[in-house]
Amino acid sequence: MKELLLGNEAIARGAWEAGVKFASGYPGTPSTEILETLAKHYPEVDSQWSANEKVAFEEGMGAAIGGLRVMVTMKMVGLNVAADSFMVFPYSGTNGGFVVISADDPGMHSSQNEQDNRYLALMAKVPVLEPSDAQECKDFVKLGLEISEQFSGPVMLRTTTRLAHHKGLVELGERAEVPQRKFTPDAKRFSVPIYRTLLRPGVEKRIANLRDYAETTPVNRVEWRSGQPGEPPTQGSVGFVSSSIAYQYAREIMPEASVFRLGLTHPVPPRALKEFCAAHETVYVVEEGEPFIEDQLKAMGITNLVGKSIFGVIGEYSPERLAKAIGLNVPEKPDFGKEITVLPRPPMLCVGCGHRTVFDSLKQLKVTVAGDIGCYTMGALPPYEASHTTFCMGASISTAFGLERAGHERAVAIIGDSTFVHAGIPALIDAVYNGSSLTLIILDNSTTGMTGQQPHPSAGKTLRGKPAPKLDLEGLVRAAGVKQVQVVDTWQRKDVARAVRSAVGHDGPAVVITRGPCMRLPEMKLSERGERPYFIDEALCTKCDACFKVWCPAITRTSAGFPIIDPVECTACTVCAQMCPVEAIGPMC
Amino acid sequence: MNTTNLIFAGVGGQGVLLIAELTARAAVRAGFDVKQTEVHGVSQRGGSVESHVRFGPVVYSPLVTAGQADVVVGLEKLEGLRYANFVNLQCGSLLVNDHEIIPGSVAGAAEKYPHYAIEFLRGKGLKVTAIPASRWAKDLGDGRVANMIMLGAMSALTPQMSEEVWLATLTERIPEKYRALNLKAFETGRSFASPLASPLPAEAGSDPKDLSKN
Ligand code: SF4
Ligand code: SF4
Repeated sequence: MKELLLGNEAIARGAWEAGVKFASGYPGTPSTEILETLAKHYPEVDSQWSANEKVAFEEGMGAAIGGLRVMVTMKMVGLNVAADSFMVFPYSGTNGGFVVISADDPGMHSSQNEQDNRYLALMAKVPVLEPSDAQECKDFVKLGLEISEQFSGPVMLRTTTRLAHHKGLVELGERAEVPQRKFTPDAKRFSVPIYRTLLRPGVEKRIANLRDYAETTPVNRVEWRSGQPGEPPTQGSVGFVSSSIAYQYAREIMPEASVFRLGLTHPVPPRALKEFCAAHETVYVVEEGEPFIEDQLKAMGITNLVGKSIFGVIGEYSPERLAKAIGLNVPEKPDFGKEITVLPRPPMLCVGCGHRTVFDSLKQLKVTVAGDIGCYTMGALPPYEASHTTFCMGASISTAFGLERAGHERAVAIIGDSTFVHAGIPALIDAVYNGSSLTLIILDNSTTGMTGQQPHPSAGKTLRGKPAPKLDLEGLVRAAGVKQVQVVDTWQRKDVARAVRSAVGHDGPAVVITRGPCMRLPEMKLSERGERPYFIDEALCTKCDACFKVWCPAITRTSAGFPIIDPVECTACTVCAQMCPVEAIGPMC
Repeated sequence: MNTTNLIFAGVGGQGVLLIAELTARAAVRAGFDVKQTEVHGVSQRGGSVESHVRFGPVVYSPLVTAGQADVVVGLEKLEGLRYANFVNLQCGSLLVNDHEIIPGSVAGAAEKYPHYAIEFLRGKGLKVTAIPASRWAKDLGDGRVANMIMLGAMSALTPQMSEEVWLATLTERIPEKYRALNLKAFETGRSFASPLASPLPAEAGSDPKDLSKN
């Protein structure tokens, strides 16, 4: 039976069919739906969100050494967090099958950088599988586990945004129960670093063996359409070497050209590739991201290649972009923007999200603010413009510490509860230990908001909805040595402002926890709240525009310039009414 | 080259992804190869949302190329304008919900909003059909089913899928609680567009029933 599945759903299905027993990860676009699908539809797989990617990876590592088939999921920057373990795991190698999903994001649809994780795999000497459609997303998980077991090493399955978030038809299969392998303690292999020197040659041997495997595996397939192997190339004959979703684009724009489709992109098969390239006059190397395959081909001495020099390394590919680069005929896309305003529609904090009050108070205090990864990155945009740095998970606290050392005495760090648990805790402990007097604001929305409301240790439940011991943030912060800890309702504008001001003025480190659940949590859904949406009385409104500073998407304008509230959208959070100096805003009667 | 190319565009929360998914499912039911894609993440926070659906005997890329779209469905005027340049000028058309959602966070947005986008695009030679879907949806009892009205109208432009296929798809996917209302909205859009499928009327009146009598 065939079903329309998201790339990520297909990966989850693949894990289930392949007999995976344990799956862990940390949410991050575009990888998140994999574990969510597993938790929702496949109870046979013990799946969980972990506190961060390093923890997830190591828990998976333990389960694999313990003899299970395992899958670990994360977005590409997540693998940076897990890099320590990722680099060392190939030395001992695995016992049960182990596949780590690295979901890359060319075009940075929802990421802080572009990063081609195939290089991390190259560095760790881990093989890389790259599926090119939803069907292969499913099939390659199984293949990855088989390779992992056959070569006793971890395998990376690399997806990209377009692959993870496209839907295609997938042939469904049954689950295979794979017997657990026996774990035999072996100090030389697993426990004593000094013996790793003995294991080092094995890492090289594995890659050499995989290179031979790459020559014959059917996922590296040649699709001959012009010029047969061994024949001299016909004048102007064109071939493609491609992987992942870019392979589909190559097929789309030049259906008549031959393609060497690489499903295994590290290590690549040198013999087969040389033969393919020799049979064509020009070979286009089409891969999203960096010239990973291209450089490997160049290193083999192949010269009739055209790749990044015309396609570029920046951003996402599309059939259009590739066709244009090659010089094919593409219909021109008219640019209406020159004649009519095509207004941007930037993302913003959700209607009713209480945490916007934090930016309001920060702006008034005119302090330097180090932000973090989450919804609150939007606080850097107008009209708040109250967050001045964003780097990576947990970096707000340590960056604020550094800013403080550089003379910004009233530095403030803002971080979400999920991010705090992920990577903020050691940074806070460090800052307190090293004598900082920074202010930390934890925007506690009881979930991982940005990626779609995944629970975490301070949310009080697990991925599978089971109640869990709720991490006590106040207690934790106090245990780190912070004396001034305040907890406020995030919808109370004045309370938030007062708490932040007092924290900034406090001599020594201070923490403000602004508490208010994410509006996208099921219990906060509009239908159950705000039966009486707020409205603006035009007779009282002075058009001072104070309510627009709430930046609530439910507030727009009439043609006469008065603010109006969309009653369907408004959640009756009251914040705009708190802003209005003339009390023109109130609940509808 | 028998691939049908569709783009659905709107504002986060309008139900763009749902109607794109329904279209993809209907195409599967009708026996086609199908690919669909959308952008997730921050774009869902009240920003623009787009989804591409392609179906045919064999589909490679999930992305629609510029100038290739058979139908662009805009659930909001500005978003319709944003993706209008994907429309195939020879045989494609733009279906747009004549409803305005002014981007709240952009300074001076109310003044700069392109109210006359539809007339502008027609002037550029595009086949544009404006439907007061949000108004009709409110008349049906729930403003949120505007997306289903637009889907219904689009369904009349994609004869590759029969009415039975659509109804079976909707019945399967929409929870019982909301089914009747959604089916009604779908039929409203479909009966507006179908008797007039080619060419579509330039402008729709306020009452869909009147139009189907034409
Ligand atoms: S997702 Fe939740 S936390 Fe994020 S902006 Fe929306 S309501 Fe606020
Ligand atoms: S009360 Fe005001 S700020 Fe809150 S959701 Fe309604 S319009 Fe937006």
